[in-house]
Amino acid sequence: MNATTAEQASAPVTEDALRSVLLAGERPSRPGPVLTSLTFGWRALLKIKHVPEQLVDVTIFPIMFTLMFTYLFGGALAGSTQEYLQFLLPGILVQANVMITMNTGITLNTDIQKGVFDRFRSLPVWRPSPLVGALLGDVMRYSIGSAIVITLGLVLGFRPEGGAVGVVLSVVLLLVFSFCLSWLWTMLSLILRTPNSVAGVSMMVMFPLTFVSNIFVDPKTMPGWLQAVVEVNPITHLATVVRGLMHGSVPAGEIGWVLVSSVLLVAVFGPITMVLYRNKK
Amino acid sequence: MGRLAIETRALKKSFGKTHAVAGVDLAVSAGGVYGVLGPNGAGKTTTIRMLATLLRPDAGEAQVLGYDVVRDAQAVRSRVGLTGQFASVDEDLTGVENLLLLARLLGYSRRRGRERATDLLDAFGLAEAADRQVKKYSGGMRRRIDIAASLVVTPELIFLDEPTTGLDPRSRNQVWEIVRGMVAESATVLLTTQYLDEADQLADRIAVIDHGKVIAEGSSGELKASVGAGSLHVRLRAPEQRAEAERVLAGVLEVPVEPSADPAALSARISDPERVARALAELSRSGIDVTEFALGQPSLDEVFLTLTGHAAEETPEEDAA
Repeated sequence: MNATTAEQASAPVTEDALRSVLLAGERPSRPGPVLTSLTFGWRALLKIKHVPEQLVDVTIFPIMFTLMFTYLFGGALAGSTQEYLQFLLPGILVQANVMITMNTGITLNTDIQKGVFDRFRSLPVWRPSPLVGALLGDVMRYSIGSAIVITLGLVLGFRPEGGAVGVVLSVVLLLVFSFCLSWLWTMLSLILRTPNSVAGVSMMVMFPLTFVSNIFVDPKTMPGWLQAVVEVNPITHLATVVRGLMHGSVPAGEIGWVLVSSVLLVAVFGPITMVLYRNKK
Repeated sequence: MGRLAIETRALKKSFGKTHAVAGVDLAVSAGGVYGVLGPNGAGKTTTIRMLATLLRPDAGEAQVLGYDVVRDAQAVRSRVGLTGQFASVDEDLTGVENLLLLARLLGYSRRRGRERATDLLDAFGLAEAADRQVKKYSGGMRRRIDIAASLVVTPELIFLDEPTTGLDPRSRNQVWEIVRGMVAESATVLLTTQYLDEADQLADRIAVIDHGKVIAEGSSGELKASVGAGSLHVRLRAPEQRAEAERVLAGVLEVPVEPSADPAALSARISDPERVARALAELSRSGIDVTEFALGQPSLDEVFLTLTGHAAEETPEEDAA
């Protein structure tokens, strides 16, 4: 560790040095939206590097959930834990990713509280790029989470019949959906005042969304009205697709559903987010 | 001179029932430091946020460097730098990462950006702290990295929102040096402050804001002159003699004598400088020892008191920021 204290490290500001940096300032041409978004993505990665504890939600939680559900419910629901794991793992992967998206809103809200977002908003860059960049950084988090769940699953005895291709395709689709869903949380983070309230509201949306689906059980045993709810839940379609791809059957219609709901999520929450962002106090 | 760096007409912004900015007219000429002085909640930050395109005005117009802050927001953004309570840096990142991030966003190549970041850190005396997370910086270092962050591309106009609030005197002097250095390089600086001393030291012209309105404008000399001839400040050796001293001074000067915040000090706004010598002689005759006295132009504190009817440091109930 560096032994110098903060004050020792602060050398005096000299007028000459100051003058030379002020004079040396060039005016480079403005970068495009892709570059600025990627640059903000780079910032998100730097934050992961400096604050690795923020990866708890993409590491510990998915492991906990996979183990808990497999061994708690496996025997009762599917006769054996091995059998249940084949059904559950794709679902848990969906749940883990969808849960991780909540973090987007919490991080963004923290940024806004700290004032660093005002600096970004005062820059002459494509306006959505700080948000897009943050979401791109999150894609990295989703990838880490997915890799952990799949690895754990393989260790426990999950055997995807769709092979590596099926697994990779399902993860890609999951990342696309998560990226799109995140716009819901970015919108919330611009409406609510504190990171805590963002977390609270997100949980309120997230729990029913993931549990009232076919992630954990086949909806056939549910009452009819609940089945109807499960049927319209986009998470159900997502889980069906991920399950299908991993086990070697390609449910084309369902993939279409997932893509349509992804596009709808961005089309609805993206513009609302941007309006809120532009008019944020 | 001549060209206006900032011009606003009847600029207004309300938050709910609070009229944070209730019709501000400013004309800031290019070059030099323009001070916006006012207590907490006077509307200073809200005004700067509108000028920096972060807030949309409810009514009125504002032009910055000739560009309308609403219609040509992007043109304004590419020409101004912003530092303050609000526009800050990322605490999780290191000093060099923060500056490199901004350099990349402003179009520098990776290599040139890194050079620029290093140069800025050197100039601001932060070279040794370059690879440390900003959250580990001291208050003064923090403020310097904030200012450096707004100079990645040298702006024509720099907004500094209360740049020295909460700093120790040494760090405050460093920030003042930076501001003077920037102005020497022909930048225009708009500085808000609640410290009268700071406005007095740095600003060529000062607008005094209270309750969202400009209540006075001019050079610090002009503002002081508008208040009166000047004042006498006296500091006593023994604070317990203050009441007596007040009576003696009032008797000779024939004006009201105010006790200062300093328990051993008194001040009086004088109409007739001739009487001062007699008043001091009278104090010594009454056995009251005076350790210091000064006869000077009124302080901006007094100006503020005269203009607003309340003291500058008074904290209002709501914060307009």
